[in-house]
Amino acid sequence: MDELLEILNDINPDADYETNEHLVDDEILTSFELVMLVTQIRDVLDVSIPSEAIIPENFNSVKAMMRLIGRLKEDE
Amino acid sequence: MKKNVLEFLEETAVSYPDRCVYSDPERTYTFTEAVRTARAIGSRIGSLKASGRPVAVFMEKSASMAVAILGVLYGGCCYCPIDTSMPEQRIRTILSVLDPVAMVTEQDSRYLAEHFDLKCPVWDFDELSGMPEDTELLARIRNGLSEMDPLYILFTSGSTGVPKGVAGCHRMILNNLCWLEKEFPYEPEDVLGSQVPFHFVISLHDIFVPLRFGCSTFVIPQEYFSSPARLVNCLNSNRITSIFWVPSALTVVSRLNGFDTQLPAFLRYIFFIGEVMPVRYLNYWRRYLPDARYVNMYGSTETHVSMFFELCRDFADDERLPIGRACGNVKAVILDDGGRPVEPGEETEGELYIGGAALSLGYYKDPEKTKDRFICLKTASSEQERFYRTGDIASYDSDGNIVYHGRKDFQIKRMGYRIELGEIEAAAALIPEISECVCVYDEDRQMILMLYTAAEKIDSKTVSSGISTRIPRYMMPNRYIYLEQMPKNANGKADRRGLKELYARSGNRQT
Repeated sequence: MDELLEILNDINPDADYETNEHLVDDEILTSFELVMLVTQIRDVLDVSIPSEAIIPENFNSVKAMMRLIGRLKEDE
Repeated sequence: MKKNVLEFLEETAVSYPDRCVYSDPERTYTFTEAVRTARAIGSRIGSLKASGRPVAVFMEKSASMAVAILGVLYGGCCYCPIDTSMPEQRIRTILSVLDPVAMVTEQDSRYLAEHFDLKCPVWDFDELSGMPEDTELLARIRNGLSEMDPLYILFTSGSTGVPKGVAGCHRMILNNLCWLEKEFPYEPEDVLGSQVPFHFVISLHDIFVPLRFGCSTFVIPQEYFSSPARLVNCLNSNRITSIFWVPSALTVVSRLNGFDTQLPAFLRYIFFIGEVMPVRYLNYWRRYLPDARYVNMYGSTETHVSMFFELCRDFADDERLPIGRACGNVKAVILDDGGRPVEPGEETEGELYIGGAALSLGYYKDPEKTKDRFICLKTASSEQERFYRTGDIASYDSDGNIVYHGRKDFQIKRMGYRIELGEIEAAAALIPEISECVCVYDEDRQMILMLYTAAEKIDSKTVSSGISTRIPRYMMPNRYIYLEQMPKNANGKADRRGLKELYARSGNRQT
């Protein structure tokens, strides 16, 4: 969780990651920042996110991202 | 010879009245509908008798916004798209420079527009669309126009903190459309997939190409770029054959393995412009879509599309793509430090100058800046020919193509946006506690770093909220680094290179 927050704060330090549940829908994370996020998750957390899982619902909140990462780790 | 881009529209609308010209997920316009709506809008705008003056178009990017732009042109005015997501203060600054004769809004932006206390009329798109057409007035307006009349005013980042408005003319796009016909012709069956906002100069391609060729443009919603599978599906379901995107958008697909589940089935033209295209991400596209034509374009708001390089061989991941040679009726000249023209075959680097039919009129209401950047050079064909001093460093490669090497100043490109770091610094300078502030760009990580000194240490949230009211989201720094003292170079100026190295040495962590 802390590592993910660190990645997110690097990409956009101005967002409220604790409470916001519409990060992608409200364009707090833009599509270009989503690319940075997905590649950082791969490089830092060693979790590859398949393209079909890159949809707003999986990145709208930190909780959703953690759920996705957990699911992908289980599948490995 | 055409004098106005609307002449193409009218000819094409006769040939293909029922074909689609613009569409988005909500709305489709045939050529007939677009002409009828734009002429209605133009009749109201034309009644202001303000030919050549700007009209602000304050709408979300959509098929309707493209039609509104045509309406502004019918009214004899030039269009200025205003990004509705910009901070209010920046919009106010732009409007104060622009001083528009009217503003076109839509239901969602009308409320925002009311905050600006504009002295000009503010009209709703739907309301304008239902206005009666004044055929006589429109004919009178058209007769009085020339190819050098302004077409657009587009605002770009300004290093002093005030965005600058570039005024482009009809000749720029007319010449570009004639050149496209020779090099990259379109068929009426083609569909362009529009990615860039309409306040980017390259959107001229998406807006005006259908007028010449009878093809259509589909406005891809920005949120589709957050889901590569959805994006590729959109390309296929709309039978998109041509894209003219910023490299960052192409890179979204490559870096997220967007072709894992589905391939674009119809793409034949892939143009990119606005920043350096990393070849390794382009090679991903070329592996999956080897038959498409890939073209690296070069241009700026001041010169529209002025150079091109079509990929005709394989490029290694670490190679740099040339920007190639000038488009038709455009001139590209490199001058070395002594002002001497560099000839093909020489390896010397110099500054790139662009002249000819791609040249814009200059900076709106800023003759000083225009004089500084648009200068006269002696050429083989003329004693005094006007050129734009791009600030880009370039040289010739062994094939005679021009290669871009970087900037002479502190302008950066990030996610396709042109940003003057000085504009961010100017916004920070307005925060009373900040004594000195410098922004540097970490290209590898695509991060803007703001380093600042303050009379009393202030936290990053205070700084970011202070600047967020003045600069758009895409300019916001990723890191705020408080320094007790600003490192200076021998000239007593902030040592930008030293600051970058200091940041790299600290392991890219906040100091």
